[in-house]
Amino acid sequence: MSELKYFKTVKEIPREDRFAKGHRLCAGCGAAIAMKLAMKAVRGPTVVVNATGCVEVATTCYPYSAWAVPYIHVAFENTAAVASGIIEANRILNKKRGWKLYDVIAIGGDGGTFDIGLQALSGALERGHNLLYICYDNEAYMNTGIQRSGATPLGAATTTSPAGTIIPGKPQRKKDLIGIAVAHRIPYAATASIAYPIDYMNKIRKALEIEGPKVIHVLTPCVPGWRYSPSDTIKLARLAVETRYFPVYEVENGRVKITIKVDRPKPVEEFLKLQRRFAHLLKPENAHILEALKRGLEENWERLVKLEESGVII
Amino acid sequence: MTQVERLAFMGDEAVAYAVKQCNVDVIAAYPITPQTIIVERLSEYVANGELDAAFIPVESEHSAISACVGASLAGARVYTSTCSQGLALMHEILHAASSMRAPIGMTIANRSLNAPLNIHCEHSDVMNARDTGWVHLFANNVQQAYDLTFISFKVAEDPRVLLPVSVNIDAFVLSHSVEPITPITDEDAAKYLPPREYEYPINPDRPITYGTMALPDTYMEFKMQFKEALDRVPEVFEEAVKEYEKISGRRYWYYDSYEIEDADALVIVLGSTYGTVKTAAKKLRAEGLKVGVMGLTMFRPLPEKELVKVLRNMKAVVVMDRAYSYGGLGGPLYTDIIGVLYRNGIRIPAKNIVYGLGGRDFKLDEAEAILRMAEKGVREGGFETHVDWWGVRR
Repeated sequence: MSELKYFKTVKEIPREDRFAKGHRLCAGCGAAIAMKLAMKAVRGPTVVVNATGCVEVATTCYPYSAWAVPYIHVAFENTAAVASGIIEANRILNKKRGWKLYDVIAIGGDGGTFDIGLQALSGALERGHNLLYICYDNEAYMNTGIQRSGATPLGAATTTSPAGTIIPGKPQRKKDLIGIAVAHRIPYAATASIAYPIDYMNKIRKALEIEGPKVIHVLTPCVPGWRYSPSDTIKLARLAVETRYFPVYEVENGRVKITIKVDRPKPVEEFLKLQRRFAHLLKPENAHILEALKRGLEENWERLVKLEESGVII
Repeated sequence: MTQVERLAFMGDEAVAYAVKQCNVDVIAAYPITPQTIIVERLSEYVANGELDAAFIPVESEHSAISACVGASLAGARVYTSTCSQGLALMHEILHAASSMRAPIGMTIANRSLNAPLNIHCEHSDVMNARDTGWVHLFANNVQQAYDLTFISFKVAEDPRVLLPVSVNIDAFVLSHSVEPITPITDEDAAKYLPPREYEYPINPDRPITYGTMALPDTYMEFKMQFKEALDRVPEVFEEAVKEYEKISGRRYWYYDSYEIEDADALVIVLGSTYGTVKTAAKKLRAEGLKVGVMGLTMFRPLPEKELVKVLRNMKAVVVMDRAYSYGGLGGPLYTDIIGVLYRNGIRIPAKNIVYGLGGRDFKLDEAEAILRMAEKGVREGGFETHVDWWGVRR
């Protein structure tokens, strides 16, 4: 295990990459940044279990692999279950045969986590395996070409929630993944942003130090899916936080702490206007959807602030 | 070979006892009738410290098999059991388990598939998994359910194979019937199955990427290697059964048979029906009818060479299927057998009896009637129909 427990500045981030260059993810891919940072944050021997999705197809095309750690992909919806098997095998083989222990990190996109993989994730969280699950959330099924998921926000246009004249974008709101995770009474759950790498990486470190199941939900802008310039990935990730579109917080033993404070939020339009998936929301005829989106974001922020201030255990 | 006391076991209990003696490392399983007793007994063994294993009480069969794949690639000896809807839910990962070359031991307590809902014996569940690249073995009685569990791990984990293996036991007929069995000793079990040796376990000191994507330029080569592993199963199976005979005194082969050496008419079955047909055949033999019975132990890979050796001496064959290939030519075993006959130039009449679906009883007098039908096929040089649904009301 490495001596450095937490990172204070970017200078302390190791230069060594366990997620190598030369993969096939898009220029400006937010998920690629999330993977690179996560692999720099590991504390020692680590195994990665990955759901089918962008990261999987773009990093493991035979005979190439971007992974300098053991990596396993089996299917789309079972990542948490595969990880359960590996963790328990490692634990029992350590006990029976003295094999070395390692950390297991399961990684899934929003489709593989919020939707099709939710049952396996719930089972794993309930059983209490020593698992870190990272969901990289680009807010739609991007690998199959931008279809709406349970993580797609209200009003966003995708290929299965198009900005039609009758139905302008996704009519439903985004699922609360951390709320679902916390309802399992797990010791640690957090959201994170690739625009705040120290916060994100320290959450991974912290999670790895905690025994039991942990969930980290990181927002990863997607160039073709959100439809913006590849140079704006970090800018958008930061605006998502600064506009309170994506609050960055942690829930440790049920207590909420907002780790990136946003005292003076920027108007959410600043985040929306850079992305063509929201273009129709800025038109006058869809003002009511924009209002509903904003209201939802405000309510969520206020809820988190109240929970933090009250210290109530959720 | 050490003499041991005989024990009375339900089929499920006998399997659980064998799995304990196999010293498995990880069990991931989900309850479904009629295999649940296996899972219950294994939970007790782990809870009471009689078996040092991780028991993962998963939330679905899909997760059971997924956890098994992960645990197997991590180097553990891995077991699960299921049937029917549970096996159907696993289906996607059955392919991944075999193609990722993950040895897993699984008992399937063969049960019908919904709809209509029915929990009784039928082979449709495993027939759905026929083409997944698993090795599928069938037990005829509780002793075989016990013995084949050891043999299944021996074959699965052999470096020449590295494939998952299922042992099929008929729902209720075997899973819930109490029969006396003669177990092997714990010492012999440990000698037969020492802790698993695996060259490529998940290991941070030697990072390997498992389950890559393969494009059209490499996919077929992956699949060919996988097929070749299945082709090596017979040689490994033959070694495994020989070694098992040394410790148990019981000899296993690709099939069980009764009086096939000089038979003209053959009836081929899978599972517990073998005993019924064999008993009926004894009576007909006493009458001088030259009938023989074969109960296939290895269904996949299909032991074509061994089947040919038997079939080429026959004058007619009746294949009994406890499943049906809807829209196809008949039951799955029948279509296999007519394929074997045709491509080996054996021109004998072959008939298919589809029987016992949803656990419908199949009795001794019915077995006798089918043997007589086979014998009549010899005398008349053919059968009136290709496929009959046995005893069905219209």
